[in-house]
Amino acid sequence: MSLLRTPFYLARFLLQSILLALGQIWMNKTRSVLTTTGIVIGVAAVTAVIAALTGLRSNILGEFEALGTNKLYIIPYRPDTGRFQHASGRTLRFTPDQFDGLVEHCPSVAGFTLLADAADKVIRGDRSIDGARITGIQPAWHEIENRTVTLGRPFSLLDEQRAAYVCLINPETRDQLRLDRDCNGQSIYIGNRRFLIVGVVEPAVQSALFLNQGEGAEVFVPFRTHWNVWQSRLIAIAASQSPDVSDDARAEVRFFLRQTRELKPDDPDTFRIEVIEQYLRQFDRVAATITMVAGAIVGVSLLVGGVGIMNIMLVSVSERTREIGLRKAVGARPAAILFQFLIEAVTLCSLGGLLGIAGGWALTLLMAVLPGAQLDKAYIPLWAIAVAFGFSALVGVFFGMFPAFKAAGLDPIEALRHE
Amino acid sequence: MLIRLTGIKKIYQVGVETIHALDGVDLQVDANEFVAIMGPSGSGKSTLMNILGCLDRPTHGTYELAGEQTSRMGGSALARVRNQRIGFVFQSFELMPRFSAVRNVALPLTYSPDGWSNRRRKALDALARVNLADRAAHRPNQLSGGQKQRVAIARALINQPDILLADEPTGNLDSRTTEDILKLLVQLHREGQTIIIVTHERDVAACAQRVIHMHDGRIHSDQPVEQDPDVGSVVAAKRQRDSQEAV
Repeated sequence: MSLLRTPFYLARFLLQSILLALGQIWMNKTRSVLTTTGIVIGVAAVTAVIAALTGLRSNILGEFEALGTNKLYIIPYRPDTGRFQHASGRTLRFTPDQFDGLVEHCPSVAGFTLLADAADKVIRGDRSIDGARITGIQPAWHEIENRTVTLGRPFSLLDEQRAAYVCLINPETRDQLRLDRDCNGQSIYIGNRRFLIVGVVEPAVQSALFLNQGEGAEVFVPFRTHWNVWQSRLIAIAASQSPDVSDDARAEVRFFLRQTRELKPDDPDTFRIEVIEQYLRQFDRVAATITMVAGAIVGVSLLVGGVGIMNIMLVSVSERTREIGLRKAVGARPAAILFQFLIEAVTLCSLGGLLGIAGGWALTLLMAVLPGAQLDKAYIPLWAIAVAFGFSALVGVFFGMFPAFKAAGLDPIEALRHE
Repeated sequence: MLIRLTGIKKIYQVGVETIHALDGVDLQVDANEFVAIMGPSGSGKSTLMNILGCLDRPTHGTYELAGEQTSRMGGSALARVRNQRIGFVFQSFELMPRFSAVRNVALPLTYSPDGWSNRRRKALDALARVNLADRAAHRPNQLSGGQKQRVAIARALINQPDILLADEPTGNLDSRTTEDILKLLVQLHREGQTIIIVTHERDVAACAQRVIHMHDGRIHSDQPVEQDPDVGSVVAAKRQRDSQEAV
């Protein structure tokens, strides 16, 4: 019977302690507000930071979706171990023939292009662009990058096979060189070679986060032409059939490349395959670091706030010594007194935490309307509210412990004599 | 036998000096006795009271209360004994200023295992026993001294304690209210309540059945009061003394 009644008794006691604590806090309004300021500010700061990061993340996620989450970047890589760890860049670099037949052998791969970048001077009459970006591409590039030819035609297989001196330009290049809007059939010099313009490629989706994407003057040439002229490092971009099978595509490409690069079974990979999601993960890592730093700063403010709580609880214990004495005299166990003061500290801190969450929410609303801050999607996730609240309650337990023990340990006779 | 004290000693060490607050007290109190403890200050009567109330533990000796050996109990067990078996009345009332009378009375129930059922009902009943049912919602600062002490007595009675311990219960009261309180104590005693009070006023002690005089930590005398206590005459004496003091 008493076993059955115990939880009920505890719940009533808990409720009564909380009400008592709220009464006590209400009676000392000014003091309570001042005491919890540290916790309010700390919690507000951390929830605002988390809200900002969450907003930033959903923005980035949106950008990635625009860029295509089914892309696989294939890049040469020097492994940390194995026989290639001291290999030269020349040994490790890709050659075009290593990718021959990739699409046929990898069923999850929808399309595939080799890619090589160089910077060179582009000249048209008396106008020139220094350090324009010269990219060698294959026909599938347009689909993978979602950048079609708006005027003119893409490269043909013939252009690729012959390594023809033809090029596509972006509107930026056209404008900088003061070419006609429809400039097909005109020619420009790249370095000292003359290239025929066959089309204009639409500009890249403008991304606020990836400023170097499709910015500035771009000139595209057939990959083979690029390979012959600049001989720069090449990478490959593959597109999986859908984002869902990108892991399959990755495995297939890996298997294929290990064969064509003639790796032995115990050799580590000499290339990397990066799914665009990896960049998201990278952002998550950065965000985690930022959260941790913010958390550490907030930890300090919670610590300071906690010391304030401890101080005010000690004052409270001292002020209410007679009350403690009386409660003990009428039969309060030391544990009951301990509990009462602990609850009071926790209630105080939790109220501070609630105020802090409200403050963080206000800050979040504010930053969402801040122009140009990329934080329009900022919001406080539920887990952050739970963590912030939990932590402030924990601060209450931790820093309330000492005053509560002090109260519980008071001698009833001494306490009743206290003036 | 409700209370059995055997060879109780309480020894304090203050610096190099050893103080024998109680120096071998043997005392037995039956159920339904009304005992007054008297003595000059420093005689050990307060220390004896604290030990009887389980607020303090003796250095030597044993204290048996209603068959329970309390002298070696821990803090929690003593708290239970205080809650269930003892009701305290203090000289300065010790009411919680922000609580209404009925909440003050109910305070010990907070710490009773079965204190949650009919909490308010029990508190109101206790207030009715001290004739203060109409003041249940008043706060201490809205009550007179005598009313405050009656609230305190109601609080002491709420768990139907084996003993009611009152430490100078009329010390802060004028003669009129002293009369009220003494009448109430006599009334409670007639209803079967065991009462032990500490007082330095001879007239107050005269209300009891038995008077114990303390001196230097020992019981100096232990005598029954012959006549039936007449509260009226006691108060008359006190009133006379008060007026003399006023002059």
